[in-house]
Order: sequence, then structure tokens, then C-alpha cells
Amino acid sequence: MTDHLSIPPASHAATVQFGARSWLALAGRWLVRGWGRKSVIGIPYLFLLLFFSLPFLVVLKISVSETEGVQFKDLFEFADGTLTLRIKLANYQFLASDPLYLKTYISSIRFAAICTVLCLFIGYPFAYFMTRARPTLRPILVMLVSLPFWTSYLLRIYAWKGLLDDQGVVNNFLQWLHLIDEPLKMMYTPFSMTIGMVYTYLPFMILPLYGTLVKADPSLLEAAGNLGATPWKAFWLITVPLSKAGIIAGSMLVFIPTVGEYVIPELLGGPQTLMIARVLWEEFFSNVDWPMASAVAVSMVGLILVPLVLFNHYQSGGGTAAGGGGAR
Amino acid sequence: MIGRLGRSWLLAGYAFLYLPIVALIVFSFNESKMVSLWSGFSLRWYYAIFTDDEILSAVGISLKIAFAAASTAVVLGTLAAFAMVRYRRFAGRTAFIAHINAPLVVPEVITGLSLLLFFVACEGLLGGYSLRGLLTVWIGHTSICTAYAAVVIQARLSEVDRSIEEAAMDLGCRPFQVFYLVTLPAISQSLASAWLLTFTISLDDVVTTQFLNAPGSTTLPVLIFSRARLGLDPTVNAVATITVALVGIGVTIASFVLVRRERRREQAQAAAYREAMPVAAQ
Repeated sequence: MTDHLSIPPASHAATVQFGARSWLALAGRWLVRGWGRKSVIGIPYLFLLLFFSLPFLVVLKISVSETEGVQFKDLFEFADGTLTLRIKLANYQFLASDPLYLKTYISSIRFAAICTVLCLFIGYPFAYFMTRARPTLRPILVMLVSLPFWTSYLLRIYAWKGLLDDQGVVNNFLQWLHLIDEPLKMMYTPFSMTIGMVYTYLPFMILPLYGTLVKADPSLLEAAGNLGATPWKAFWLITVPLSKAGIIAGSMLVFIPTVGEYVIPELLGGPQTLMIARVLWEEFFSNVDWPMASAVAVSMVGLILVPLVLFNHYQSGGGTAAGGGGAR
Repeated sequence: MIGRLGRSWLLAGYAFLYLPIVALIVFSFNESKMVSLWSGFSLRWYYAIFTDDEILSAVGISLKIAFAAASTAVVLGTLAAFAMVRYRRFAGRTAFIAHINAPLVVPEVITGLSLLLFFVACEGLLGGYSLRGLLTVWIGHTSICTAYAAVVIQARLSEVDRSIEEAAMDLGCRPFQVFYLVTLPAISQSLASAWLLTFTISLDDVVTTQFLNAPGSTTLPVLIFSRARLGLDPTVNAVATITVALVGIGVTIASFVLVRRERRREQAQAAAYREAMPVAAQ
């Protein structure tokens, strides 16, 4: 491709003067280039194959393998000239039949969906008003949204514990105002977990929305106004459709991590907040049931794949697979 | 332009984003063991940190792992970004891109679980030799951080003007020289921000680390997580305040340095253009 084009054609004429040395240099360059290209692709690929995909295949294998004490039997057995494949689907059957797992799946999706909607509801006006600020002010506003990213996510979630506790800041404040007599039970409820998730993922919604909204041409709104549309109508008919890409990207960036979230449910959630990642954790660390934890992990991938496929479908024309992470 | 509703919405939003951090900082100076009840100013929790060997060793381990993971991730991420931006056609390119992006969307519990089971399988093959510890945590963090680094570097690399590289090649630079003299300076800012980003990601990681660590490799987030699970702990507030302060200082310095360097580079470039083509510049 361009590699070969970049060798100036004039070098052919110059070979007479340079002789064998330049041919050697050219051959060397070609070799180095081929080697470079191979390692540029190969090294990161190999690393991720070895430490990302292969481990997942191990999980897949363990989720269907029979156990013998603490040992996992091989899937393939070669004996008496026949190759037998043993697959144990009991874990998946159990997943499908036990109502607790099904409830947990639905609950995870529900919480993730609620958080996405709440983030959109708070984040859309926020991003919209950011674009209405003075142009000199906008970079500072953007920086202020992304700055919390740089501080520890764990510590920011922990902070909500201190705010929402029975003896926490919010309860103390409300009691001080005499709005309530008894402390409100906020911690370890669906409420505290939802707040924690909305708080953590709100910037993921605001930033892509801002990115699309700031590009929208204000003269379109003016034209709509001149043609008699009320500002509200112009907003719904022009601004919202123009920011569709941002809405989809932001919703993905909130939904995908929240559906598999572990830390927030563990720190802020209670017994009513069933989340699938917590079930996986318990199967692995408390029940030490590795095959079951693996089966939960495999079935969790489905939860992520469905929205991703939808996302890529909507992003047709964009960078196909790169869209999934590129937007982040 | 922005209106009263807009201003109050923005104010409320920023208050929501910053209130927890402010509360965390304020109550780190609280005298009482009750985290949320103010009883007087005190630095006792800061003193408690510096006499808490568990925290101090966890900080050391965290910094070590984050440094190693961020550095490896930036190298791997640069290679991956080059492969994605510069090589438009190679066998398995779609699969390659999917691999680079996968760690961004796969929940960490799955990444952690699968790596742990993989390492356990490796240990089985190695005859029971224990791998778990700093090494496995480093590998786990690197595979997550590589994805982030690749995305950041890729964004910048796709903007680099290829004609400058081609000019350097025409002037006789070898590919490696082109890389060191032209491409690397052009993407250096994104390398720095990728390093900082992945450093903080690694420094902050709980879930993957919890799966992969061994008793000797407890990182700070793992320690904080185990204490936060039990309830409120004022030393956690003090740790939080110190990290917020360090991150604040670090981000400020980094952005100052980067902005200044970028400006200087642009000025130098403009000056070179003016020198090279006085007519075209006018």
C-alpha cells in the first residue's frame, strides 16, 4: 500500500550511483517494515488473546465440565478408540429453573434501565444548558463534569454511605430543619443504590450528549422560530432529533456498566436490590461453586451483547465494531 | 442566553456531582469516630493513617502496580492504536478491534473471574506453583488499561498528518526514525493522558484485583473496600481527602504542562511554516 508508494520513484534512476548499498538498504527497509507491521499487530493481539479471550474460554469450559472432587474433568475423553465429549448442562438448567436467578436478571435489567432513564432525564437538560453557556465558559463546564472521573470511584461511592446513613448528613440536616422526626431509612435500599449508580454514571451520559448538542447549528432553531414554531416545539422537532446519536451513545455508556455493576450494589444496596454481578460474586467467594459462577458469567455476557448489538445496528455507517468502545 | 432555569439546573447538577466529595473531605477533619456527626476539628485520622501499616503497605503496592500496568498498557495501547489506524486491511482486523474494545464493555466481575480461573488452570499445568500475587494483578490491570489507552491514543493518531511522515520518509528517514522523530512527538500528549488515565484506573480497581490478589498483594482499593463494607470508617475519609488533593494537584500540573507544551509545539510549527514558505503563509 502506501508503504511501497512512499519509496520515491527517482531511486531507480539513482541506483546506478548508489549501487548495491542502496539495494541492501531497500531490502533492509522492507524486512524491517514487514517485521514491524507483524509485531505492531501481533503483540497486543497476542496479549489480549492470552489474557482476555483464552480465560473466557476457560470459564466456558468450567461452566459445562463435570467435577470430580475439586478437579474438573476434561471435556474430551479418548478411550478405546472413541472420542467422547462430556458436557454437563446442569448448571444452565439450574440457572433457568431457579426463580431466584431469573428474578435477579430481570432486576439487574430493571435497575440499569431506571438509572439510564434518570441519567437521561437529569443529563439531557444539563448538557443542553451547558451548550447555552458562554463559549469561553464551556471548556470549564466540561472539565468540571469530567473531573470526578479522576478521583477514586470507590471513594465517591463510599461518600454516599456517609450522606445517606441513618445518622448521615442528609438525615441530620432534615432533622435539624424539623422536617422529619425519625431518621429516614435510605441506606441499603433500592433508593440508595439507584442514587449511587446515577451519581457515578451521570458524566457518561452528559459528555456524549454535550458532544452532539454543541455541534447542532443554532440557525436551524432560528429558522424554526421564524417559521412560527414555539421554542418548545422547535426543541422537540430539531434539537432532540439532532442529538439522537448522543442519546444512544450516552444510554449505552450508562446501561452497559450498570447492568454488571458490583461495587455499588455491594456498598449501597440492600437485600432487596438483586444484581447479577453480586450473585456471581457470592457463588464464587461464599459458595465456592466455580462451575455455577462460570455459568452465571457466561449468561451475563448475553445481557451485555443484546444492547451492544442494538447499538451497533443503530450506528450503521459509523465505525462498526469500533463504535462500542470508540464512543467511550 | 442560559436563563434562570438553566442556571439552577446546572448549579444543582454540579452540586450533586461535588457534594459527596466535599462531605468526604469535611468529615475527614472530624474529631468524632461518628463519621457524620460534627464534633470538632481534628487531624487524628490523618495521624491514624501514618501509623497504620496495613494502609501504608497497600499504598505502596497500589502505586507499584498502577505504575507497571499504566506503562505496559500505554506501550500495548500504542501498538494497538497503530494497528487500528495505520493498517486498514489485515486478516482478522474486525476480530482485533473487537478484542481491543471488549474489556471496555465486559463487566469486571467476568474479567476477574475468567482471569483467575485461567491462572488457576496455569498453576495446575505448572504443577501447583502459585502465580497469584503482584504478577497476576498486574496482568489483569494491564488487559483492562490497554483498551482505554488504545482508545485515547487511537483518537489522536487518526488526526496526525501523514504527509509529514511521508516527507520525513522521502528525506531518507528509516521507519523507526520517522516514528521517533515525527509520529511520537505528535502523539506524545495523548500518550501522557493515556498513561494518567490508565494509572488512575489501575489505582482505583477493586473488582478485578479482588479476584486476582493474594495476601501479599492487597491494594489500597481492596483494603478500603473491605473496610467500607463493614461500615463507615473515618480513616477512609482521610485517605480519600489525600487522594483528592493529590489527584487535583496532579491533574492541574499535568494540564498546565501539556497545554504549554502543545502551544509551544504549535508555535514552533507555525514558525517553521513561515520560514519554509513565506509566501504561502501570507
